[in-house]
Amino acid sequence: METITKTSHGRTLRTEEMVINMGPQHPSTHGVLRLELVVDGEIVIDVIPHIGYLHRCFEKHSEQMTNYQQVIPYVDRMDYVASMNSELSFAIAAEKLLKIQIPERVDYIRVIMCELQRIASHLIAIGTYGIDIGAFTPFLFCFRDRERILDLFEMTCGARLLYNYIWIGGLSHDLPQQFIPTLKEFIVDFRKNIKELNDLLSFNHIFIKRTANIGVLPADVAINYGCSGPMLRGSGVKWDLRKDEPYSVYNKFDFEVCVGKGEVGTLGDCWDRYIVRVDEMEQSLRIIEQAIQTLPEGNVQSAVPKRIRPNPGEAYARAESPRGELGFYIMSDGTGTPYRIKARSPAFVNLSIISEISRGCMIADLCAITGSVDIVLGEVDR
Amino acid sequence: MIDWILTQFPDSILGYIIICAVPLLFILPYALVTIYLEMKMSAHMQDRVAYMRTGWHGTLQPFADILKLLQKEDIIPTAADKFLFILAPYIVFIGTYATFAVLPFTSSYIGSDLDLGLFYLVAVSSLVVVGILMSGWASNNKWSLFGALRSAAQIVSYEIPTALVLLSIVMIAGTMNMQQLSQLQSGGISDWYIFGGPFPIVKKLLLLPLMFILFLVQLTASMAEVNRTPFDIPEAESELVQGYNTEYSGMKFAIFYLAEYANLFAVSAITVVAFFGGWGSPFGSFMSGGVWDLFWFVLKGMFFVSINIWLRWTLPRLRVDQLMYVSWKVLTPFALVCMILIGYILVAF
Amino acid sequence: MNAITEYFGNITQSLKTISIGMGVTFKHLFTPAVTIQYPTVKMKLPERSRNRLYVNMDDCIGCDQCSKACPVNCIEIEIIKSTPEDDLGITSSGQKKKLHVPVFNIDIAKCCYCGLCVYPCPTECIYMTNVYEFSEFDRNNLIYNFAKMTPAEIETAQIKVKKMDEETAAKKVAAALVAAQAKAALDATTQTSTPQQPTEPQ
Repeated sequence: METITKTSHGRTLRTEEMVINMGPQHPSTHGVLRLELVVDGEIVIDVIPHIGYLHRCFEKHSEQMTNYQQVIPYVDRMDYVASMNSELSFAIAAEKLLKIQIPERVDYIRVIMCELQRIASHLIAIGTYGIDIGAFTPFLFCFRDRERILDLFEMTCGARLLYNYIWIGGLSHDLPQQFIPTLKEFIVDFRKNIKELNDLLSFNHIFIKRTANIGVLPADVAINYGCSGPMLRGSGVKWDLRKDEPYSVYNKFDFEVCVGKGEVGTLGDCWDRYIVRVDEMEQSLRIIEQAIQTLPEGNVQSAVPKRIRPNPGEAYARAESPRGELGFYIMSDGTGTPYRIKARSPAFVNLSIISEISRGCMIADLCAITGSVDIVLGEVDR
Repeated sequence: MIDWILTQFPDSILGYIIICAVPLLFILPYALVTIYLEMKMSAHMQDRVAYMRTGWHGTLQPFADILKLLQKEDIIPTAADKFLFILAPYIVFIGTYATFAVLPFTSSYIGSDLDLGLFYLVAVSSLVVVGILMSGWASNNKWSLFGALRSAAQIVSYEIPTALVLLSIVMIAGTMNMQQLSQLQSGGISDWYIFGGPFPIVKKLLLLPLMFILFLVQLTASMAEVNRTPFDIPEAESELVQGYNTEYSGMKFAIFYLAEYANLFAVSAITVVAFFGGWGSPFGSFMSGGVWDLFWFVLKGMFFVSINIWLRWTLPRLRVDQLMYVSWKVLTPFALVCMILIGYILVAF
Repeated sequence: MNAITEYFGNITQSLKTISIGMGVTFKHLFTPAVTIQYPTVKMKLPERSRNRLYVNMDDCIGCDQCSKACPVNCIEIEIIKSTPEDDLGITSSGQKKKLHVPVFNIDIAKCCYCGLCVYPCPTECIYMTNVYEFSEFDRNNLIYNFAKMTPAEIETAQIKVKKMDEETAAKKVAAALVAAQAKAALDATTQTSTPQQPTEPQ
């Protein structure tokens, strides 16, 4: 039955194609993503992502709330591994709508929290990426460190995952007494752990061979698809909202935007995206260090409005979440309930690239590519 | 020992059955210990402690696991090929178990003192692949089929470096008999082939680097043959869910599991016999003979089992084509070159 | 030549990085574990930890603020007005309680632990405790009933309030009547030109 023809993939021998279902219950689809694969042996001919298994009507839900404050627990549940960053985006959008000025201390604490959250989120991305490639131990090392960040969060606001900490106009709690000393301890330990992680995983030759030159995403394609975050920076584009369109107080801190350099393979491959995350953790530590040194005094609740009832109008605010550009568009009709909320989720946009960059790779590479996109299905489906 | 058993049951098939069952006396406790060892080692490497509740430090947990697997519902998928599905785990186990026939546990016990011991070993261990292919096909699951095909490709490829390494050993020793091979290295640590074997010093020094390379080749190939990380692509839980044994449950799964661990010991034992003096004591005649032989053999075997476990929890997994690359472009040429050089050294010195 | 260097480079790199990795895992084999034996050993929860909700009914004034603040509507409150002769006591903050609360249910299975109900409470009677082990086999057991009133008490309160309502309604009617009459009288005195229809025959 085999016909020897030259296929579009440059191979001469062609066998019957097989359609195979990857997910929604599959270890390396990171949740409930379903990928419909068309495979020719081990070679992936086409990938069709199917999403929506975790759709919870976030936008519609928000429009049914009785006030703006109630939206924040729902925002938490969008990107559940980086709730602080989601909250920040939403809070900034709502504050823009309400036109309120917030105390500087609030901004500083928000930055500390969001950078800690970025580290925690990247730790998950890196750890699970290790599992995708087959190394189990780095995953637990990452979780060990993440646990300490979650302890800090719990100490501050009482919750470990879904915080409801960043409120519109302020924060739910001020930092507790022992927060800063514990954080300083963590920073010292974590620097060592990053080095260990690099020894164990990042520069392991097998790992490099598995991820370098795989899933190459050229910069122009990344921009055309609207990719953001480490996906875009991994392709060498120096674009970070914290630097290029500073929100909150990011313009006061000195940090670098990490980009992929194609050190071990082609620019924009899986390893580049991975290493951007590792480097960003270091940069986040730098920001946190600067922020705790210059932390101003103040009351974190002073600007929280008693009643949130914005004038009719609309506002869009975007912030750099660990996955990329997370934006919220809020439309108000003058009542206490948002008339319309739209979220621009980076994971969803980044996911759309998957069939573009994984055609012609092997099944094992597809796992590597999916992992390097770092999707959170809560945010993809909303 | 075998003669003794046969004399106890003259003219009866019972004697042979008992002889066949002897390695089981080793495999079952060994599997329990290794499961425990693997769990504990992996846990401590990851800053965890693994099971702590059943018995002292969870020592009874492997028994509990077996009990659980025994009473678990045995599911056969409706669309599966029933006959092959049921047969597959047993074939895998037979392939593994057959290798135990020629493992020289002590100087006085070996299941079958074959003159073609090493050859038999290489031949019979390929039987496993039949069972794996069968299970993958019979499961009627695309992922399982992938696992089975990968496994077939992998085991067939890695036979070649293994065979070349063993061939080099045979060239040096001049025998394929496992018992004689151990006997040749029984003069203590310096007689082990990894350190050049029982030869004059010049020849020893010349052989030493080659033997070291061959040892690395054998270690890598043996890891690939037991389907463990970094060569666990047939199981590859993040790609193929669980590979060829995805659809298995209960006792059939337990048999796959048991076969994997038994195979792990078998390949370690081959390394031990080929390079580390088999049952020989490292101190020559001191602490040797009788139970000491068994002690040294199992200790050395377990050492390599531990190395396997250690590597498994350290390294990421290779990709299919990289796996083939390692076998055909790295291990095979290296083993071949070493073999030729060994041949030259043996002739010249 | 390049290919050969790459070939041997790959091999040496692999061996080197594998041994580095093995070193890391070997080191960790002897570092103490970071995990704890959970049910026997428990982590100390921070002061602010948000876990199961608790309502101190002695302080509850039935204002329904928490229920309104809840984004998932897991709090169900019913109230019965009290009669002036009822003494419902005062809260610990000295506020006088004016409402019976016969139903105060929290469906903890729905609760999302956001803590939004805690902040608006005027008497600080609803708060999050550090109890986190409360799994149940039946989902209905997760609906916590905090109200303390017995059915008999509820009935008496309802009867009382009904009686009171009737009385007030009667009073209202009477008052309305009086007011209407007064108004009519007033109208009659001020605007005699417009003929006035009596609202109700006496």
